[in-house]
Amino acid sequence: MASAFEYAPAPESRSVVDIAPSYGLFIDGEFTEAAEGKVFKTVSPSTEEVLSEIAQAGEADVDRAVKAARKAFVKWSALPGSERAKYLFRIARIIQERSRELAVLETLDNGKPIKETRDADLPLVAAHFFYYAGWADKLDHAGFGANPRPLGVAGQVIPWNFPLLMLAWKIAPALATGNTVVLKPAETTPLTALFFADICRQAGLPKGVVNILPGYGDAGAALVAHPDVDKVAFTGSTAVGKEIARTVAGSHKKVTLELGGKGANIVFDDAPIDQAVEGIVNGIFFNQGQVCCAGSRLLVQESIHDELLDSLKRRLSTLRLGDPLDKNTDIGAINSEEQLSRITSLVDQGEAEGAERWSPACELPSAGYWFAPTLFTNVTQAHTVARDEIFGPVLSVLTFRTPDEAVAKANNSAYGLSAGVWSEKGSRILAVANKLRAGVVWSNTFNKFDPTSPFGGYKESGFGREGGRHGLEAYLAPSSPEGER
Amino acid sequence: MPTSAHALGDVTASDSTLRRFLHGLPGVDAVGLEARAASLGTRSIKTTAKAYAIDLAISMVDLTTLEGADTPGKVRALGAKAVLPDPTDRTTPTTAAVCVYPDMVAVAKEAVAGSGVKVASVATAFPAGRAALAVKLADVRDAVAAGADEIDMVIDRGAFLAGDYMKVYDEIVAVKEASGAARLKVIFETGELSTYDNIRRASWLGMLAGADFIKTSTGKVAVNATPANTLLMLEAVRDFRAQTGVQVGVKPAGGIRTTKDAVKFLVLVNETAGEDWLDNHWFRFGASSLLNDLLMQRQKLATGRYSGPDYVTVD
Amino acid sequence: MSAAEKSEQQRLSVFKTYKLYVGGKFPRSESGRVYEVSDSKGKWLANAPQSSRKDARDAVVAARKAFGGWSGATAYNRGQVLYRVAEMLEGRKEQFVREVADAEGLSKAKAAAVVDAAIDRWVWYAGWTDKIAQVVGGGNPVAGPYFNLSSPEPTGVVTVLAPQESSFLGLVSVIAPVIATGNTVIVIASEKSPLPALSLGEVLATSDVPGGVVNILSGRTAEIAAPLAAHQDVNAIDLAGADEVLAKELEIAAADNLKRVVRPQAVDYARTPGTERLTAFLETKTVWHPTGSLGAGGSSY
Repeated sequence: MASAFEYAPAPESRSVVDIAPSYGLFIDGEFTEAAEGKVFKTVSPSTEEVLSEIAQAGEADVDRAVKAARKAFVKWSALPGSERAKYLFRIARIIQERSRELAVLETLDNGKPIKETRDADLPLVAAHFFYYAGWADKLDHAGFGANPRPLGVAGQVIPWNFPLLMLAWKIAPALATGNTVVLKPAETTPLTALFFADICRQAGLPKGVVNILPGYGDAGAALVAHPDVDKVAFTGSTAVGKEIARTVAGSHKKVTLELGGKGANIVFDDAPIDQAVEGIVNGIFFNQGQVCCAGSRLLVQESIHDELLDSLKRRLSTLRLGDPLDKNTDIGAINSEEQLSRITSLVDQGEAEGAERWSPACELPSAGYWFAPTLFTNVTQAHTVARDEIFGPVLSVLTFRTPDEAVAKANNSAYGLSAGVWSEKGSRILAVANKLRAGVVWSNTFNKFDPTSPFGGYKESGFGREGGRHGLEAYLAPSSPEGER
Repeated sequence: MPTSAHALGDVTASDSTLRRFLHGLPGVDAVGLEARAASLGTRSIKTTAKAYAIDLAISMVDLTTLEGADTPGKVRALGAKAVLPDPTDRTTPTTAAVCVYPDMVAVAKEAVAGSGVKVASVATAFPAGRAALAVKLADVRDAVAAGADEIDMVIDRGAFLAGDYMKVYDEIVAVKEASGAARLKVIFETGELSTYDNIRRASWLGMLAGADFIKTSTGKVAVNATPANTLLMLEAVRDFRAQTGVQVGVKPAGGIRTTKDAVKFLVLVNETAGEDWLDNHWFRFGASSLLNDLLMQRQKLATGRYSGPDYVTVD
Repeated sequence: MSAAEKSEQQRLSVFKTYKLYVGGKFPRSESGRVYEVSDSKGKWLANAPQSSRKDARDAVVAARKAFGGWSGATAYNRGQVLYRVAEMLEGRKEQFVREVADAEGLSKAKAAAVVDAAIDRWVWYAGWTDKIAQVVGGGNPVAGPYFNLSSPEPTGVVTVLAPQESSFLGLVSVIAPVIATGNTVIVIASEKSPLPALSLGEVLATSDVPGGVVNILSGRTAEIAAPLAAHQDVNAIDLAGADEVLAKELEIAAADNLKRVVRPQAVDYARTPGTERLTAFLETKTVWHPTGSLGAGGSSY
């Protein structure tokens, strides 16, 4: 919005990060070429500039990496927990030291604003390693029986929306509990994972404990299906999650899945309105809405619909979209052309189904993948934009009349990951939170994360929890009277 | 302005309607409010935007001295500084006003004569406000008679905290009347109101009673202007104008000492109330030491060198 | 042989028609089918209902209907109800001793020990209802001004394939943990030895367990389990009574709506269980709320 007070460009310096023209797979402590010699390019979604050329893992590479992880498992799992802890503390510290570099790198490769990588992603990444480092020598006290054992080799597949943070969520608990890891980052955002490999090297982590395999879905599928993988952890789409659940059926593999969502953000007429508006904005426009727990369905009490929408629209008009490296950018680029076309087609469908579309006046850069913040009003539960996960900066606005109706609409979804409740009445918040079928309920706030706080979904949003004491369970075989698992 | 002129109708008709209205305002979530203020505080204001912001901030300063030890000499020096903040660079804007006790208004008036710099005077038994209404009104009339362009009154926090909103309201109305043509700034002493809900209620109460400005604090208590309470008051003036068409100014006072702080407040104004408030008719900083930091930063932008305290005047 | 026993032998006994237990009622299979149940030596014991896909579907409807009330009951209340089951079983011990002895080919003494253990298992789980949340939930010390609490909640409607061999102790060991936490359940009884399970339904019906909380089906395990594993309104499945081939098939079907799956495993049901079966059908919900910053900014409430 044009104002007398125009903020001059304030770009973060790119010079803190040195991206090599090419990267290999990280297997058994070495960077290596892919067996088939394949490579792919990773681009900056805000400019379409090619950032680097990356070795593309295939089935043979998966096998090699799993073997390396299996070999490393023997010694790694036998290390005293206190020693494993110190490796993880080292990693946490190095991440803190290199956090500006990693933030800029993440912003370049992912397209999200530097404000987010600097103030949210990277602090959470370091905190996650710190948190799980402390668990490594206290597992006997974690409530999973005395002397719980690691599972073995963990095959982990992570998405592109929080590349390094999702890596931390996967690797930190796995290593703390004595497992070794083969991790496949998403094909559009491999760089921070490869830099993490370098951090493992700096930390002196034994070879083969962490293996990084950039690649596409076929590499992920091969990893999940590999017979010598004991644990599968996946964050991504519900469709792929179901495929993984089928793949591991009948095997011994333990699985945790963090999948999609269609979070309801419920605003009652007695809400703290100004903070609710911020929470709605944060809920759906944080990371361009490419967040599995996004508050993508706004359920607003009908009696304050117009007032709230006015405030929301006014607030959206102040969002600054553009160069993700600019410190004042609120909305960055969509991660890929593919994702942009998915968002575009769902939004077109929303319009075709009769929902009313609105965006603030907002100039989109000519290069790169961009989508303006978008609101849909006149939406009902029957609209596609109210049911399908869009994974983009698109908010569907629905109304309700009573708390019961709010709960019914919020729960009327195959997903069950997150929800928000806004009210100044404590009993109403607790009653509604109690009835929501969602793994995380943010009341009078939204999109808050912490390593101590378990995160994960109900229903088709997946199973298992990441974070907190709960997050250890996914990587441990309890010594239980019920015997072997 | 009498309330009947407002779209809000007769919420001030009685003690109970006023109370119901104020208690019916949306609650404020403290953590969310502070998080928003902190988030706006991370805006990076550079180069041309910074130059604009510094000049705007200088033009918004109510250069203040409110000491028992104030003398005519001190006030004259303050006036000279307001009129000519940086003798080495005459493109520097003047401050908005000087702000003094009522007995110094005449001296201040003379010191800024012909410059366009206003004279603001604290009145109503500043800072505690613990005096009879008649005394407060006499205080105001004195200041106005001496030529004050603006009156900075304090509300009766005791009455407010006791729930006697009508008393606070009536007092503001009376002071407004006694102020005549002078613009009235209503000080809430937010640090004493203690909760954000109270600050929102006080803001609406002040605006309903005819405040031209709502002002955070006296500068005389532990907690004065903060980004969060100023953000909250900016939301109030924004919403009040949307409902009544009447625009009210905001003045954070006390504790704003650096250019960095001032720029953060201007970002709050820009992104909350909007650019209509980016003018010293609608936004002020109650400050004293802030001005020199703004001037040093201004010199740095002009010359490329960091300045030092010996290159700005100590008045 | 006493005179009394002699006269009992002479008297023609009354057979029991075993029925399903669905939604608090005792229907026959809607298919009208039954199958022969024999003891371990091959002697005919009874005809058991052979449930169909439609019986399975009806059971899901009943379980879903019961879920709101049961999961919404206080944990204390659920504990009382589970304890009541133990009380009722204690009074009908002899019947179960006989049925278990027949089913599993045990001596009377061994069967009695099994039934005692099963009753004690209800007591064990009755005590868990209001404690599990304290063991697996709690406050999380997040780095910010937020109150953050994780609590376990029941997953929903759970299908349980009861163990094939341990027809009663195994059965109780897989039902009790599921309902203790507020889930509702559809149990597929041991295919070969369904009678203790069907009789348990009669006990549950008189134990204050609300109708639909436990639904018991007998018949061909694979036939009933397949539609339940694929059912979109079933949230979880315990494959205790499935063989390797069936377990894999069902796990694949269960992926369609991402059911929580407990794979078959070797379990000694005589041992005191851990919490695994309790936690397997719990979701963790984490609720955040701002606390206020308590003085940091002066006006901070």
